[in-house]
Amino acid sequence: MAKRGIPEINAGSMADISFLLLIFFLVATSMDIDSGLMRKLPPWVENLDVKPPEVKRRNVFTVLINANNDLLIQGEWGNIKDLRKKVKEFIENPNDDPNMPEKEIKNIPYFGNYPVSKQVISVQNDRGTKYEIYLKVQNEIVAAYNELREELAQKKFGKSYNKLDEDKREAINLIYPQRISEAEPKNIGGRK
Amino acid sequence: MSKFKQKTQKENPKISTASMPDIIFMLIFFFMVTTVLREVELKIKLRLPQQISEVKKMEKKNLVSYIYVGEPKKQFQKIYGTEPRIQLNDAFGKISDIQKFIELERAARPESDIPFLTTSLKVDKDVKMGIITDIKQELRKANALKINYSARK
Repeated sequence: MAKRGIPEINAGSMADISFLLLIFFLVATSMDIDSGLMRKLPPWVENLDVKPPEVKRRNVFTVLINANNDLLIQGEWGNIKDLRKKVKEFIENPNDDPNMPEKEIKNIPYFGNYPVSKQVISVQNDRGTKYEIYLKVQNEIVAAYNELREELAQKKFGKSYNKLDEDKREAINLIYPQRISEAEPKNIGGRK
Repeated sequence: MSKFKQKTQKENPKISTASMPDIIFMLIFFFMVTTVLREVELKIKLRLPQQISEVKKMEKKNLVSYIYVGEPKKQFQKIYGTEPRIQLNDAFGKISDIQKFIELERAARPESDIPFLTTSLKVDKDVKMGIITDIKQELRKANALKINYSARK
């Protein structure tokens, strides 16, 4: 006599169905996470008669990029590879060189009175400069700041900068404030 | 008398494939969770700058508006030429459209989120800085000051 009851459903094709779905998601997936360099733009000023604050020549580190993507670092033809080292040296000014930025004694939490350099990094580019080069220059400057902050964090707290508490991190930011100025671009190399 | 009789095996035992769907399902779930379906169709050639070491991950994607800049793709070159163009959402835009675009992006979000809005510039690496500068000036006028230059490590 025939067995009564519910006949078993064949699950053999289940794997095939799920494979199909798997392949769909494999194809549709884009794994790239959005990443990028964060920057803040200065607010728009309507009248340009207001003079920008005067900054002493020795406090400014100038980087110029022309339409042929050549770099002029502090008046000398330079390479992008040397930029980070030069920026670091400039910000830190370890030997109190009179051509490098002045220092001002400031009272900073955790550090007490600490000489903070009055540096400003100025970047100016041409309208014909390639975006990639511009971004690499920005990256090197940010990297210089990050390295200095990391070194200070290791020296003072014996910890990586990223693992410090918020207030300690802020104290370090006060010592090495990121001051990158971008001048209005010039159009010397001609519109391209 | 031996209690433990050696079982003679004449055939290899069949491997059970019953758990196969489960394994595949697990994989599916993984991919389903990680998948981000593309929202906008790119009309430009976009090769992001590489080897930028200081990039940070973008968090809170719902607070980001994207501006794409690059050379139009082949099928659009007949109409738009080969000069780098700006793409705002799904359509090509002009420099003067940016302020309006930012307004619309703001209007789409709750008021409390507006100060945290970031504009992500996804720019092809070969684009010249002129157009980027114009965009930056427009963003300054629209008071959208937080920007992000999209790049990869």
